[in-house]
Amino acid sequence: MKKVYPDAKAALAGLLKDGMLICAGGFGLCGIPETLIQAIRDSGVKNLTIVSNNAGVDGAGLGLLLESRQIKKMISSYVGENKLFAQQFLAGELEIEFNPQGTLAERIRAGGAGIPAFFTRTGAGTLIAEGKESREFDGESYIMERGIVADLSIVHAWKGDTEGNLVYRKTARNFNPMMATASKSTVAEVENLVEPGQINPDHIITAGVFVKRMIHVPNAVKHIEQRTVRKRVIA
Amino acid sequence: MPWTREQMADRAAQELRDGFYVNLGIGIPTLVSNYIPNGMSVQLQSENGMLGFGPFPYEGDEDPDLINAGKQTVTEIPTTSYFSSADSFAMIRGGHIDIALLGAMQVAENGDLANWMIPGKMVKGMGGAMDLVAGVKKVVVIMEHSAKNEAKLLKRCTLPLTGAGVVDMVITDLGVFTIDRKGGGGMTLVEVDPDTSLDEIKSKTEANYRVALKNR
Repeated sequence: MKKVYPDAKAALAGLLKDGMLICAGGFGLCGIPETLIQAIRDSGVKNLTIVSNNAGVDGAGLGLLLESRQIKKMISSYVGENKLFAQQFLAGELEIEFNPQGTLAERIRAGGAGIPAFFTRTGAGTLIAEGKESREFDGESYIMERGIVADLSIVHAWKGDTEGNLVYRKTARNFNPMMATASKSTVAEVENLVEPGQINPDHIITAGVFVKRMIHVPNAVKHIEQRTVRKRVIA
Repeated sequence: MPWTREQMADRAAQELRDGFYVNLGIGIPTLVSNYIPNGMSVQLQSENGMLGFGPFPYEGDEDPDLINAGKQTVTEIPTTSYFSSADSFAMIRGGHIDIALLGAMQVAENGDLANWMIPGKMVKGMGGAMDLVAGVKKVVVIMEHSAKNEAKLLKRCTLPLTGAGVVDMVITDLGVFTIDRKGGGGMTLVEVDPDTSLDEIKSKTEANYRVALKNR
């Protein structure tokens, strides 16, 4: 069975439907599956619920799907960098479910691992706890959070072999490994596509079992949100 | 003169110990990295998935795959490790990070913290703040003592909480308070800016507190 598809459109064919739940990897614009996001935009699929730590920025990442009004709801921990997001939210056109970042990561990890719910101290005694089951363990209060299983996960990796084994680069790893596990339909875009055996098995972060389809994105455009530098001192 | 942002950061750095794993929030807490005492080895954690990071890169060396939790470009150092967001919050929630330094809108005398939303205003989200305050061993807040003449150190927070009973210490531009959040011993003023009177602090603080100044 071949996992590698010629392009993003082909890789997503048959996997998209209106109203679906999609896990999209990345933190800010770092490690986002931008090519797959563009293909989802081009498909016109609507009423999406998207699980992603952030919602892109105006003109990039998930911001593309906000512009085209394909997103009904975001499940995120922070959406501060997006003017369009604020506009649509204040106009009542977009729902948001805020999750603490670690809770979001663990919900995705749990969902992918077949764990329907877990207890965490995070958010106990706050608005986040409202409507959730709470329990005391060893004298401390915990709240129950549900695992997330998505209809589709889209992830970005630095390198992958044709079996779907993936390696991420630096902080572009972030949510991608958990999201790769959280769906039976995971599509990965990889910057470098190699043959099996060309990645040291000890270095593989996501095992190919989690990846259903993949595309090669050798010229992936990468964005920097906050360019912070220091001046070179010339001696 | 009240303490400057730099002096507050310098004071906060005195809470660090050799070998600590440290998470610094955005704003004044970020400045704390400039005041780590010489000879002390601490590793900075960035909750997007990096432990041990260096200064901003030289112009032209920015790497889009290498950012901190504030989405700023940073650099790798020999002690750096990378990991997933799940592993990052396993460190945080699991109590493996020694200290978190973060900003706040309000802190209550029982250690409640509010720093993520103002009802009626656009809410950006809590990011990793709720996990940090719930899981890190020691939580230190660095903030202005009051905002536009409104007290920020309160009997009870009026804004939605980030965490209930989570703050161990508050460093403001006027002084330093400790909070016995587990023992229920309340808040204690332990240090005062030399140019600020106890009366001035009293007038700018709604919370109840004891005064037990340490000789410094």
